Amino acid sequence: MSGVILLFLLEWLNAHLLKMEWLNNLVAVLVKSIFGLDMNSRLGGSIHFFIYDVIKIFILLSVLIFLISYIQSFFPAERTKKILGSFSGITANILAALLGTVTPFCSCSSIPLFIGFTSAGLPIGVTFSFLISSPLVDLASIILLASIFNWKISAAYVLVGIVLAVIAGTVISKLKLEKYVEPFVYSNKMLDVEQEEMTSRERISFSINQLGEIIKKVWLYILVGVGIGALIHNYIPESIITAVLGQDKWYSVFIAVLVGIPMYADIFGTLPIAEALVFKGVGLGTALAFMMGVTALSLPSIIMLKKVVKVKLLTVFVGIVTLGIIIVGFLFNSFSYLLM
Amino acid sequence: MIIKVLGSGCRNCVRLEENTRKAVEEIGIEAEIIKVTDFQDIASYGVMSTPALVIDEKVVSSGKVLKAEDIKEILEG
Repeated sequence: MSGVILLFLLEWLNAHLLKMEWLNNLVAVLVKSIFGLDMNSRLGGSIHFFIYDVIKIFILLSVLIFLISYIQSFFPAERTKKILGSFSGITANILAALLGTVTPFCSCSSIPLFIGFTSAGLPIGVTFSFLISSPLVDLASIILLASIFNWKISAAYVLVGIVLAVIAGTVISKLKLEKYVEPFVYSNKMLDVEQEEMTSRERISFSINQLGEIIKKVWLYILVGVGIGALIHNYIPESIITAVLGQDKWYSVFIAVLVGIPMYADIFGTLPIAEALVFKGVGLGTALAFMMGVTALSLPSIIMLKKVVKVKLLTVFVGIVTLGIIIVGFLFNSFSYLLM
Repeated sequence: MIIKVLGSGCRNCVRLEENTRKAVEEIGIEAEIIKVTDFQDIASYGVMSTPALVIDEKVVSSGKVLKAEDIKEILEG
C-alpha cells in the first residue's frame, strides 16, 4: 500500500516539479486569452512552446545550479587532484570521470587544469577521462534531461557518458601517448595551493555567484535553443526532418555528429533542440549524439588543447571521442524502445 | 604591491580584473595590477581553476570571481 502511495507521490513530483504541467497549462491560457491565438495553430503552438520552455528551463536551472554549486563547493579541482593521485589503473579513470561530473569547471580552466593534473603525476588518460566527462555529464543537465524526456533516458545518458570518458581515457593511456604532451607541462613546478575549507556562508555566497555567472553565460544559448526547438516543433515539416535525420536513416547519426562537433553551445541550449527533434521523429540516439557532439568537443576547446598537447595526441583524442559518440548514437537508436 | 590576475581571457577573468582595479582605486593604495594570460605562467602558481588572484606572489583566491568588496577586505586585512 505504501509503495503505491510513494509511486503516486513521485509521479506527482515528476509531473509538477520537473515537467511543470501547471506551467504548461498556465502558458496555454496566456497564449489563448492574452495573445488570442489558437493553440493548434503554428504560431500559437510555437509561442506557447517558447514561453513555456524558456520559463521552465530558467526555473529549473536556477534551483539546480544553486543546489549543485553548493555540492560542488566541496569538490574543488585541487581536492580532485589529491584524491586521484592515490588511485591507479582503470579505477583512477572511473573516479576521474565521476569527479569530472561534480567538479565546478569553466572551460577556460581546462588548460591550467590539464597542466596541474599532469605535472602532479596523474597519467594523461586519467586527465582526459576527467576532461571528457566534465562538459558531457553535468549534474544540472542530467536533471533537465529527466524533465524533458524521463529518468531512464537520463540515467542511461549518464552511464554512457561516463563509460565513454573512462574508455577514451584508458585507450589514451594504453597507447602511451605521453610523448605527445608539450614538454613544458611536465616540467611545471607545482606549488600546492592551500585550500581553505569554506564556511556555510561562503558556500552559499559561492553558489549564488555560480548561479549568476552561469545564467549570464547561458541565457542567450537557451533562448536560441528554445527558439530553434519551437521552429522545429511547428514550422519545419516532419518529412524534411525525417529525411535527413530519421531513425531509419543510417547516416542520421553521422550528420548529427558532424553538425554538432564544430559547434559550441552550452548543453542547456541543446536540450530543447534535442527534445523537438525527437518529437518530430528523430531517433533518440541521433538527438543525443548531436548533444554530445556539441558539448564534448568544440572548436574553441580543441584550439585550447592544442597549446598543451601535440597534434597527434589531439587527433587521437578527437577521433576516440567522435567514434564513441557515434557508437552511443547507434546504441541509443537501437534500444530507445526500451527507454521511452 | 604587485597584484596579478590570472586568467586566459574568458569573461570571468575580465570581470575579476575589473573588480580588482575598482577595489584598488577605492582603497587608494599603490599597486601594480598585471594580467597574466600565459598558461605556463598561470600553472606555475599551482592554480588550476581560473580566474585567480595573486598578491605579492601569494595566491589568495582561485576559481572565483571575487567582488570588489571581497578584494578590498583581502587588501586591507
